[in-house]
Amino acid sequence: MGSIVYGALAPHPPHLVYAENPPQNEPRAECGWEELRWGYERLRRDLSSIEYDTIVLLSPHWQTYVGTHFLGVPHFRSLSVDPIFPNLFRYRYELDVDVPLAERMCEEAAKAGLVTKMMRNPDFRVDYGTIVSGHLVNPAWDKPIVSISSQRSAAFYSVEVMQEQMMALARATRAAIEASDRRVVVLASESLSHRHFVHEGAIPEDMSLEHVTNHHQYLWDMRLIDMMRRGRTREVVDIMPEFTEQAVSESDSGALTWLMAVMGFPTRPAELYAYGTVIGTGNAVVGWDLRAPTEASP
Amino acid sequence: MSAEPEEERPPGVVAGVLVPGLPHPLLCPERNPGWQRLRTAFEAARQDLLAAEPDLLMVYSTMWPSIIGHQVQADPQPTWVHVDELFHDLGSIPYQFRIDDDFARATVAAARARGLESRTVAYHGFPIDTGSVVALKLLNPDNAVPAVILSSNVYSDRAETLVFGKACRDAILAQGRRVATVVVGTLSNRLFTDWIDADPSKPVEDHVHSLKDDEWNRKILEFLGEGRLEDTAQLSREIHRQIRIPKVVSFKSMWWWSGVMGQHNHYRGQVYAYEALYGTGAAVVGLTPTEAGVGEKEFDEDDVERYRGDRNVIA
Repeated sequence: MGSIVYGALAPHPPHLVYAENPPQNEPRAECGWEELRWGYERLRRDLSSIEYDTIVLLSPHWQTYVGTHFLGVPHFRSLSVDPIFPNLFRYRYELDVDVPLAERMCEEAAKAGLVTKMMRNPDFRVDYGTIVSGHLVNPAWDKPIVSISSQRSAAFYSVEVMQEQMMALARATRAAIEASDRRVVVLASESLSHRHFVHEGAIPEDMSLEHVTNHHQYLWDMRLIDMMRRGRTREVVDIMPEFTEQAVSESDSGALTWLMAVMGFPTRPAELYAYGTVIGTGNAVVGWDLRAPTEASP
Repeated sequence: MSAEPEEERPPGVVAGVLVPGLPHPLLCPERNPGWQRLRTAFEAARQDLLAAEPDLLMVYSTMWPSIIGHQVQADPQPTWVHVDELFHDLGSIPYQFRIDDDFARATVAAARARGLESRTVAYHGFPIDTGSVVALKLLNPDNAVPAVILSSNVYSDRAETLVFGKACRDAILAQGRRVATVVVGTLSNRLFTDWIDADPSKPVEDHVHSLKDDEWNRKILEFLGEGRLEDTAQLSREIHRQIRIPKVVSFKSMWWWSGVMGQHNHYRGQVYAYEALYGTGAAVVGLTPTEAGVGEKEFDEDDVERYRGDRNVIA
């Protein structure tokens, strides 16, 4: 029987990859966003001691207005250029997809009444949210992934409707994992507060210019982090409509709701690896070691 | 292009066209009669654009969001095989476009001169959005006319968008170019949330998502058909409230369009087609500057000449 062994909030600012200067990324940086990058380092160190087979992540930057989509091509190799920050992120990626697990998730979601589709076009360019979070968690790309799109029901209906759909998706993805033989790491690829600066310094990694866009966003970020650190994950979901609206949060993607639900609303304290801002947005790297099966079903 | 003497072809914005950006008219028009009519309308609009003898196409795409100011495509020959993130099963779209990088830089300079943040993007593999790809493939299939592509800033309000339109006009006049503007965007933008084309062997049943959306679309087309561009721009906030899903960018394209074309109603409008496109309201509409037109109406919104920065109203 498969299981979810670890879950993480794994935001995807391309700045973090830029600042690390990996060989896959063309632009070069001097430094930058060390707090978050060192947090990701600690997350990777913890994950290195955990045996797992597949990374499953939900990305806000694969935006699908009709249904939830799953990558369904076994291997991708291409160039990812960030449409917002192309000066920072031009990354040559090569990755494997756990297509059987993705297909099982797609079937389970369809059985639950969700609109779904497998993405079978080999020319498809994997979204940069998937690439950035995937790189920061596993830069070797030696584990296959399942990438799930963000179905934009928060835009079409409301955060409440989005959450219902994300919890149904979480039940389906969890059932698919449990019906497989996979040990899975689940990731929500998103920021917390998400109001950007609209200007960029001449040196993008000039940290003297970096801070949260406004105090009220910071307060919201701290409130969410405090809940996660205290194991109050159901409250995170309960407060999501207010948080999403007032912090202009990327949680409108559904990724955070899906993460809380697919993990079974863990009550153990989360490990906060880092909090930092990137071009004004609030980002936290947060992990849950789920190997002790004490959680309720979503 | 004809070899008409230069003095008889004065610079400026010589034509404009509004087109939808979803890929169906390009990739599968045969699946629905309305999609086919949109495809036919693209061709009619193309012919009329060419008749105006532009030497540049300026594309403003509501499907290319930006955050750091206003981005302008400046890769002289962007080449890629594009796949839409939603309708990926319709197939791949290979493209190679002809971009006027000099004019792109002039646009950025003009935007900065009016206080705006702006920058060019010229990177191999930059993800040109589906809407721009569809528009250029159908309106300029042989790259006969060079183009520039402009982003739609996520945070820009009416003032900033309007100023950006004026900056584009500054660049056109300073460079002495004859420009056809292309706005990529739907009218009502609510898609169906379930598949209407699941069986590829069958024709697709499509209609505008709701009667309310359809009625608003027809009101917009009544305005544009009469050449009332500024009236439409003045109505944009209400249009957004009534028939726009809050996706990444708002219904701000009319602000840019009136800024670059001219903030008045002196246009000859032509509605080439209005059809449902996966539930959205998709129209191909042309505007040609003219001395006639319905003239000035009562405009309520302030005019703005220069962008003076974020007022930090939420800080």
